[in-house]
Amino acid sequence: MGGFLPSNAASFCKIEEIYRAMLGPLWVAAPQAAPDAVAKRVFRALGKGASLIAQSRCIRGDDVSDQSAPGLALPHSSVDNMLDISAWDEGLVLRGSARLADCARLERALADLTANETHRLDLAGVTRLETAPAYLIARQRARIAAGGGRLELSGAGPEITRMIERVTPDNTGKDIAEAPRPPLAWLEDIGRAVAGSGRDMAELLGYLGLFLTRLTQSLLRPSEFRLTALVYHCHQVGLKAAPIVALMAFLIGIVLAFQGSSQLRQFGAEVFVVDLIAISILRELGILLTAIIVAGRTASAFTAAIGSMKMREEVDAMQTLGIDPAAALFVPRILALIITLPILGLVANLAGLFGGGLMSWIELGISPQMFLTRLLEGTDISHAMVGLVKAPVFALIIGLIGCRAGMAVKGNAESLGQNTSSAVVAAIFAVIVTDAIFSIFFAQIGI
Amino acid sequence: MSEPVIKLRGIRNAFGPQVVHDGLDLDVGRGEVLGVVGGSGTGKSVLLRTIVGLNRPKAGEIEVLGVPVLTASEEALTRVQRAWGVMFQDGALFSALTVRENVEVPLKSVPGISDGLRRELADLKIAMSGLPGFAGDKYPSELSGGMRKRAGLARALALDPEILFLDEPTAGLDPIGAAEFDNLISELRETLNLTVFLVTHDLDTLHTCCTAIAALAEKRVLAKGTMAEMGRIDHPWMQEYFHGPRARAAVETNPGAAPDKGNRTPIDLPQSMGN
Repeated sequence: MGGFLPSNAASFCKIEEIYRAMLGPLWVAAPQAAPDAVAKRVFRALGKGASLIAQSRCIRGDDVSDQSAPGLALPHSSVDNMLDISAWDEGLVLRGSARLADCARLERALADLTANETHRLDLAGVTRLETAPAYLIARQRARIAAGGGRLELSGAGPEITRMIERVTPDNTGKDIAEAPRPPLAWLEDIGRAVAGSGRDMAELLGYLGLFLTRLTQSLLRPSEFRLTALVYHCHQVGLKAAPIVALMAFLIGIVLAFQGSSQLRQFGAEVFVVDLIAISILRELGILLTAIIVAGRTASAFTAAIGSMKMREEVDAMQTLGIDPAAALFVPRILALIITLPILGLVANLAGLFGGGLMSWIELGISPQMFLTRLLEGTDISHAMVGLVKAPVFALIIGLIGCRAGMAVKGNAESLGQNTSSAVVAAIFAVIVTDAIFSIFFAQIGI
Repeated sequence: MSEPVIKLRGIRNAFGPQVVHDGLDLDVGRGEVLGVVGGSGTGKSVLLRTIVGLNRPKAGEIEVLGVPVLTASEEALTRVQRAWGVMFQDGALFSALTVRENVEVPLKSVPGISDGLRRELADLKIAMSGLPGFAGDKYPSELSGGMRKRAGLARALALDPEILFLDEPTAGLDPIGAAEFDNLISELRETLNLTVFLVTHDLDTLHTCCTAIAALAEKRVLAKGTMAEMGRIDHPWMQEYFHGPRARAAVETNPGAAPDKGNRTPIDLPQSMGN
């Protein structure tokens, strides 16, 4: 293994042949007198396919002593920060520091080694070996061994050997195969989605039952009723939503009056704009748009609040303390929504009528007095009732969907976000579907 | 001590009127395993967060691997960030990703690594941090606290850091798990040639892993030295800490590193460590 290189320049021309004959790292005999130029020449002559050991031995006469050769430090340090991979007949020679970033190159170079032969990997010039390249070497060694060949490592220091041993996989070829997707997977996906939505509906019904049971129980035992929580949630979902709901309805009233008047003016029927505004706002738009805003605002808040409690195991803690999550979390929230949504609907109705009246006055010159008279004459109280009677149902739907989605949150942040957004979408969708059902129902019974 | 890899000078941290650190100096040498101890509220975790750039100090200088991190360019800072790994108290894993994907996150910043290799490297790190093979496919919420810590360690080790920051690595682990973790840290330190900065309350960890201990008190590093030197320092909190019943128990199991109770010396270390 290895050999000594005399320092007299005359023999440099033969270096490559000598090196190949020796099949190993080259110990350079560099007397202290050897100048940088000699060291550089050694490197140039060696070219690729050889590695020099920085810590070379200096020979003086017959005395061999361990000493670093100062002249060799220069070329060596120049490769210190990059990995130099050179191939030769027998295998590969690595020099420098092997880092994670060198993996792509190293992987390619190692892949060129055929599996059924014996190769040599010279690591004598490696100054630093990170785990990733070490793993590549260990993996390739195992693969070649599996193919009947051998990958011999030579020149590695104790640290580098230890690193390679540490990362050698225990069982080779344990490639984790991903389960292949069966054909017609999309069909399965559709089936799962349908079954899933059926399950969701059933679950929602379950939550409705749970809510009603807990509500009855707490009404039967008023001392256990969480009045403070109820008031708090009324404040959160009702009072705080009032300004945005009122503003929205006011603007809708304005839009209706403006659009209605420009259409009705064509028939000279401007005064009917009052009926248009009153009926559309009282029957449909006031409560529907309020419910949509509340669905966006409150269903998400319920999901996020209950979901984050679920994530931090607060819901579990409640259960172990004998507090029923449904009674403590659902009842006050949903009840608050049922109480406040009709009130918000009423606020929206008033704001809508006010906006409509204002626009009629400006645009059509219908005075407030006249608007009021027309409103009382032409619009029955049943229109307002038809609108407001839907409010508690919407409230129940929004509350249930929000709470259920909160309980469906799993232990990660992603699922919290997903459930929140799906709660909002589901709540708005359910509100609109229910509104359509109500419309058909009222038309059938003739109100 | 060779050239310090972490060098803190005159660090001052304050939250409102509450001053946590004032004029704090600390050096951590290459290859050192430094255990930072201190009572509750002495700002051990704040110190760790300050070094890794999560908390900007009101005053002072921080040098990590020769880079002044407070004033460094973004490029230099990224280079330093690649060279350290941080393990947070509860792992701080990304909850929407599996453990393997968590470990792959830092690896994605390295160009030229194929998906297959990245996966294998992540599995390697997971195995190195002592997790069983099936853990890679699990989500953090499906793991126990100790396993989450190991997964956090695997992610911290993903880029072969030179410096490893550990925040309470053994807190909340059973004694066997804690001892395993201590061994793991020592072993990884040897194979990967790490410098470790660990915040801990665990006296056993201090005994088995740490080559040096820094005690935080009175808003600065009261003293830095070996376990034996710590016991000799004449400060009420230090005496309580290193000679309390728990410390004695830890000494009995690791007799080699017993704190020296005799001949107390007044505190002189902080001055000698000044600029």
